[in-house]
Amino acid sequence: MTTMPVLSLKDIQVRFPVNPDWRGRPRQHVHALNGISLEIAKGETLGIVGESGCGKSTMAQVLIGLLQPTQGEMTLSSGKSNGKGGMQIVFQDPQSSLNPRLPVWKIITEPVFAAANRKVDKAAMRELAQQLAAQVGIRPEYIDRFPHEFSGGQRQRIAIARALAAEPDIIVLDEPTSALDISVQAQILNLLAELQRSRQLTFILISHNVSVVRHMCNRVAVMYLGQIVEIGDAAQVLEHPAHPYTQLLLASVPTLESVQDESAVPENVELPSNRVLPTGCYFKDRCPSASSACLQPQVLKQISTQSQEHEARCHLAHPD
Amino acid sequence: MNAMTEQTLPTAPDIQPAAASGLGYFFYKVKKSPLTVAGLFIILFMLAMMLFAPWLATHDPNAIDLMYRLLPPSAEHWFGTDEVGRDIYSRIIFGSRQSISVGLFVVAVSGVIGALIGCFSGVVGGRTDRVIMRLMDVMLSVPSLVLTMALAAALGASLFNAMLAIAVVRIPYYVRLARGQALGIREMGYVKAARTFGASRWHIVSWHVIRNALPPLIVQATLDIGGTILMAAALGFIGLGAQQPTAEWGAMVATGRNYVLDQWWYSGFPGLAILITATGFNLFGDGIRDILDPKQKGK
Amino acid sequence: MTQNPVLSINDLSIEFPVYKGAVKALNGVSLHVNEGEIVGVVGESGSGKSVTSMMAMKLLPEGSYRVTQGDISILGTDIIHASEKTMRTLRGGDVAMIFQEPMTALNPTRKIGIQMTDVIRLHRRLDNDAARQLAISLLKDMHIADPESTLQRYPFELSGGMRQRVLIALAFSCNPRLIIADEPTTALDVTVQKQVLMLLKAKARELKTAILFITHDMAVVSQFCDRVYVMYAGSLVEAGSTRQVLHAPRHPYTRGLMAALPELATPGSQLQAIPGNVPDLSRLPAGCAFASRCPSRSDKCNQKPVLTSIHEATTHQVACWHPALQEELAV
Repeated sequence: MTTMPVLSLKDIQVRFPVNPDWRGRPRQHVHALNGISLEIAKGETLGIVGESGCGKSTMAQVLIGLLQPTQGEMTLSSGKSNGKGGMQIVFQDPQSSLNPRLPVWKIITEPVFAAANRKVDKAAMRELAQQLAAQVGIRPEYIDRFPHEFSGGQRQRIAIARALAAEPDIIVLDEPTSALDISVQAQILNLLAELQRSRQLTFILISHNVSVVRHMCNRVAVMYLGQIVEIGDAAQVLEHPAHPYTQLLLASVPTLESVQDESAVPENVELPSNRVLPTGCYFKDRCPSASSACLQPQVLKQISTQSQEHEARCHLAHPD
Repeated sequence: MNAMTEQTLPTAPDIQPAAASGLGYFFYKVKKSPLTVAGLFIILFMLAMMLFAPWLATHDPNAIDLMYRLLPPSAEHWFGTDEVGRDIYSRIIFGSRQSISVGLFVVAVSGVIGALIGCFSGVVGGRTDRVIMRLMDVMLSVPSLVLTMALAAALGASLFNAMLAIAVVRIPYYVRLARGQALGIREMGYVKAARTFGASRWHIVSWHVIRNALPPLIVQATLDIGGTILMAAALGFIGLGAQQPTAEWGAMVATGRNYVLDQWWYSGFPGLAILITATGFNLFGDGIRDILDPKQKGK
Repeated sequence: MTQNPVLSINDLSIEFPVYKGAVKALNGVSLHVNEGEIVGVVGESGSGKSVTSMMAMKLLPEGSYRVTQGDISILGTDIIHASEKTMRTLRGGDVAMIFQEPMTALNPTRKIGIQMTDVIRLHRRLDNDAARQLAISLLKDMHIADPESTLQRYPFELSGGMRQRVLIALAFSCNPRLIIADEPTTALDVTVQKQVLMLLKAKARELKTAILFITHDMAVVSQFCDRVYVMYAGSLVEAGSTRQVLHAPRHPYTRGLMAALPELATPGSQLQAIPGNVPDLSRLPAGCAFASRCPSRSDKCNQKPVLTSIHEATTHQVACWHPALQEELAV
């Protein structure tokens, strides 16, 4: 990255205590994030892909400040403190992310209202809500309506307008289209791309949907068991995956093209427990090319043969 | 497969009723449940009784006439007379003012205070929550009638003190209910989003939690009105509620019990009034619960 | 069709009475599933795909719906007029169902083994040991590594993928002729989804079981189904072999849906979204339900088009007055 990063994460770890003994002391920990280091440049879209249990939802919570990391540092270059407008989030489910008992104009302007400690001019708020609604494709006349009068896609637009109201540097998109139909997904993805261009927004797109990530992102990070196993230029990582897990993930995505090989049923698709972390490479139990070298912990390193940024956490990708 | 299939039914196969809200929808749902309508009619009837008591009563409820003591029901005294010759019908009519306002007052006070404490407790969480909830558990662990009696006795025998005592004892029920709701609402996307705006706790409680926790609380409140009237009657029965000569249903049943073998109408009619009122509020509350239940929508 | 259909739905219309009117969930749907065939039904939310599957098994809550026309027959049994007793012998016997959420389909308080043998013995005259042996062999077929110990576990001890495989094993326990699968892999991760779908397909092929597969995912249909029906607002808009429908769609809605997929677009480009929203099912237009969003609508679209073959020698059917003429899409 040549530009100054807007956000940098340094060795972020999150552990949750579980299974307390009789004195309330935890006997075990759930290791949700195990050392995440990232830098995000202004105006880019970073995709974070992975399957359930990989830590991507925990990551979202840490980013927007709902969860304090057990260890590690997170710095926003703008100096805005986290949880106070530096970062905003658009959640997956537009059903539960909008308060059903508030009119849309109150929902959209809530960040301003809350930040100003509830001392704001109602007329100004309504005007702001109308502007933002128009920008996300909601008719400004509709701002007195309630969420249940809108479709899923429209609700997601309202959620996006609310995120914009706080004028954040970064918007975290947590599975923003997973709950939507395909035709509506296209509308929302187009809207997001357009807003990014017109407002120079930085996006962190968290998704399990590889196609959405491929379409939207400049860079992509693949997560497995609370670690980034591969990161780099989106086209590079998704077309020429270097880590065996990324390869497995991409091969499993159903395509519209030729039918996949029907004889090779994938085995051992279960994720290892995140209570007792595996030693060495976290993926070695599922890896088709595991060897004794995998008993050593793997590091995330640039693949020397590539000119673009492309790092992988696997010794096979670093022949030296 | 049978036992399984029954549980596995996804409840609503992607159907959304067109704007299932508003007063028209409410009355549509009410009309579909005759018991709710019955409850509503009883409540309206009782409210009318409170308002128009002076016109409905045939006698002065406090007029003592020892010539006519303990008369059975007749054309002159519809529900008979009591031991000092007061007209029981008129006393029931006027007694509705005491009894029903006890119900409404108690539910309003304990409901509002309990909802606020419960919502805050749920949102704040941690040690504060634990302390508040243990306190409520202690209150709940004492039988409510005993606790109410003790409080009412400590405050002194009057109807207002009785109401206060009942209200205080009812608070933990609302706290528990509101907290349970708050714990669920706290995990909703809109509360998480509000936290990322740096919203204050008061903002989260007032904008998000209370508004969404309200439906079950309202239902609980309507269900409680009947119970509260009975509780006030119980206090009146042991002399801790309304004092003579004020007409109050519970007190009337209490005094009437001395004559229950020969003069059944004395305690019988006020008892019937309590029964009908409590039933009315209960039916209505039950109906409201079904109507407000989002899972029932669209059916 | 010369083959005998396992499931056949003819001109079925269903509505749900609600406040001030009715939600017209299905409007003249005709579809059939032949022996051993895997048939997909794709559509977006509100298209009626789930209602179709629930209705085929008569699982909609009694009294909540009205059948306004049409009939359903499974293996010759008239479903709409069938008694609950008939339905009970059919469900889990000749017809099995698999749902989206594998957790709720199992009783959380009982071990897998007991639940499996219970279900098996409900439909087959087997003693406990034989039922247990059958359960073990079914789990083996589903590539569950250690079937004996799996039977000793509770549902919450299994992962989502394992639970779904247990349920598929259970669905096959009575050698059904038809399986109705409603979004069986939507809640699963892609690596697990691939495994579950392959196992399901392999077993169905082996036993010549027909599958009615409900999904919203075009790519899954493409991998899994022989034939596909596309639904929109309670009507079928296009039907045909998977290849015909997905690679040479004729209906403007199917075409719009395919064009909206990010899979097929150049990364970073504008996606071709279908403008507007799905119509309100309680206020459907008299004509084509898609007309208001359709680029090629005309006055003729005020009449409802019916599903007809695009030419005589094909099974590819489309319900549109102006079907696209273009041949294969570049997929």
